[in-house]
Amino acid sequence: MAPPIQFEALAEDALLLRFGERIDADLNDRVHAAMACLCQRLPALECVPAYASLLLRFDPLAWRGPHGEPGHRHLQAAVVDALDGHAAAAGASREVRIPVCYGGDGGPDLDDVAAHCGLRRDEVIACHTAADYRVAMLGFAPGFPYLLGLDPRLAMPRRADPRQRVPAGSVAIGGSQTGIYPDVLPGGWQLLGRTPLRLFDARRATPALLAPGDRVRFVAIDAGAFAALATERDA
Amino acid sequence: MSVRVLKPGLLSSLQDGGRPGHAALGVGRAGAMDAPAWRLVNALVGNTRGEAAIECTLLGPTLRFDQPAVIALGGAAIVAHVGGVAIPMWTHCALPAGSVLTLGGIAVGCRAYLAVRGGFDVPPLLGSRSSDLHARLGHAHGRALRAGDVLPLGSAAAPPMRAGDEAIRMLPWSLDPQPWFDFRQRPLALLRGSHFDRLEAGSQERLYRARFVLSKDSNRTAGRLDGHTLRLQAPLELISEAALPGTLQLPPSGQPIALLAEAPVTGGYPRIGQIAAVDLPLLAQRRPGDTVCFRESTLDEALARLAAREQRLQRLLTVIARRLASSEEYSP
Repeated sequence: MAPPIQFEALAEDALLLRFGERIDADLNDRVHAAMACLCQRLPALECVPAYASLLLRFDPLAWRGPHGEPGHRHLQAAVVDALDGHAAAAGASREVRIPVCYGGDGGPDLDDVAAHCGLRRDEVIACHTAADYRVAMLGFAPGFPYLLGLDPRLAMPRRADPRQRVPAGSVAIGGSQTGIYPDVLPGGWQLLGRTPLRLFDARRATPALLAPGDRVRFVAIDAGAFAALATERDA
Repeated sequence: MSVRVLKPGLLSSLQDGGRPGHAALGVGRAGAMDAPAWRLVNALVGNTRGEAAIECTLLGPTLRFDQPAVIALGGAAIVAHVGGVAIPMWTHCALPAGSVLTLGGIAVGCRAYLAVRGGFDVPPLLGSRSSDLHARLGHAHGRALRAGDVLPLGSAAAPPMRAGDEAIRMLPWSLDPQPWFDFRQRPLALLRGSHFDRLEAGSQERLYRARFVLSKDSNRTAGRLDGHTLRLQAPLELISEAALPGTLQLPPSGQPIALLAEAPVTGGYPRIGQIAAVDLPLLAQRRPGDTVCFRESTLDEALARLAAREQRLQRLLTVIARRLASSEEYSP
C-alpha cells in the first residue's frame, strides 16, 4: 500500500503533490502515473513532474468552488477525486533509442570514469548501453533529461571544476544519474560520449525528444555513423 | 513595416505573457516581469491579444520606426522623446514614419514597457514571443536586443492617421500610475515556505524583520538578497523538485535568492518562503541597491488580493478600450 500523497500549497497558483522524499524508480513511476491521469482528467492544469513530486500550476481565479471558496481547497478535492483508483495504473511508456559515439572528442571523461570505477573503457560502454533507463524529469535546461537506472558501478561524482561550455548532445554521468546536454551549457557532469540527435528544438512539433516517463536505451555507434547521422540531422 | 534598434539600452528584450504549459519539457515561462504594466501598455495601443512589448531595464533603447506607429509606455518612469518632443507615459502617441524614439534612463523602478499597436511580430516559439534569456529561447535565440536588430510589426500596426500628417499626436488623457506602480516600496507578502521551520529561530525572525538589499547580481532569473544571511538548524539534503517564480530559496551561502520570471523549472535548495504572486510585479520594479522587506502573509490573503487586483485591472482594460473606441480620430 503506497503512502498517501502529501499536498502543499506553494503559491496562489501552485499546488505540490509529494509522493516521497527519495530518488527511487517506484516513487517516480507513481509521479508519472498521477501526471498521466491528471493530464487526461483535469486538462486545465500544468503538471511539472520531478523525482518524487508533481507540481500543479493553475489559474487560481478560475478554480473556485461552488461557493466561491479559493482555488487550492477546491483543486485539492478535484485532484484527490481524479486520482482515486486511477493513480496505480502506470501508462504505457515509449522506448527511445539514443545512438552515442563514446570516447574521443565527445567523451573526454571516459578514461577518468573507467579509472574511477575500476573498469576498462569497453566495460564502461557495455554497462552504460546495457541498462534500461527512465526519464525521471526534464529540467536544468529545455529538454535536459534526468535518467534513472544507471548501473551503480558507473556512479561518479561531478567534476571539481565544472566546464563553462559542455557541447550539445553530450552524454554524461553526474553522481548516480546519467543525462544528456541538449544544448551548449555549463556543466560539471562527466562526459562519456555524444549523441548526434537533437534533444530539443522549439521549432519541431514535439520540441523535446524525450518526455518524462519515457524509457531510454543507449546504443554505441562509431565516429563514421555519428558523422552520417549528424549530416542527416542538419540536412 | 518594422522598427530598427539603433541603440539597445542596458537590457531590452521582447516579452509577452510568457510560455506556460511547457515546464514538463524543462521550458520555463519567462514573460514580462511586471505583467500588469505590460497588459496596460498593450491596452493603451489597442492590442487585445497579448502582443509582445519591449521590456527595458534601467536604460531604454533608441528605435527608428520606418512607418507610422502608435506606441505606449508604462511601468517604471522612463524619459522618452522623439526629436525634441517629450513622449509622456501611460497614454498613447501616434508617431509619423521615420520617427526616432529615444528612451533614456529609469530613475525610479527598474523596468519600463514599450508597446506598439500590432505588437512586435517575431515568430512565436511554443506559443510565445518572449525572449527567455536564461534558456536562450525566443527572438534571436533568446538574447537581449542589439543595435541593428530589425523587429517587424504586426499587421494592425498602422494607426488611423490622416494622410500626409507629419505631427506626433497624443491622447488628451493618461492613466494614473499610482495603483500600478509601487512608489512606496512596500514590504512584499511572503508565505512560509516548505522549509521555513528548518531555519534557526533567529533566522525565522530575521526573514520577516530584516531589510534586505537587492544585489547587483540579480537578473530575470533570480534576485539575490544581500545584507543578512540566514541559517538552517542543520544542513538539508533535498532532491530536486519543481521550482517556480517567487520561491525564496536558501543556498548554503545563507544568502536568500528569489526566483523570478526565468526561473529554472526544477531546483533543489531549501524553500524558505514564497513571495505571493500578486507581489512579484512589485519585486520586478526594485533595482539593484533597493530595499526588499517581507511581511508574513497567508494564502487566503494573497488570493484575495490577487482576485481584487485582477478585477481592478479588468475594469480598467474595459474603460481603456471604450475610450480608445471613442477617440479614434485623436482629436486634440
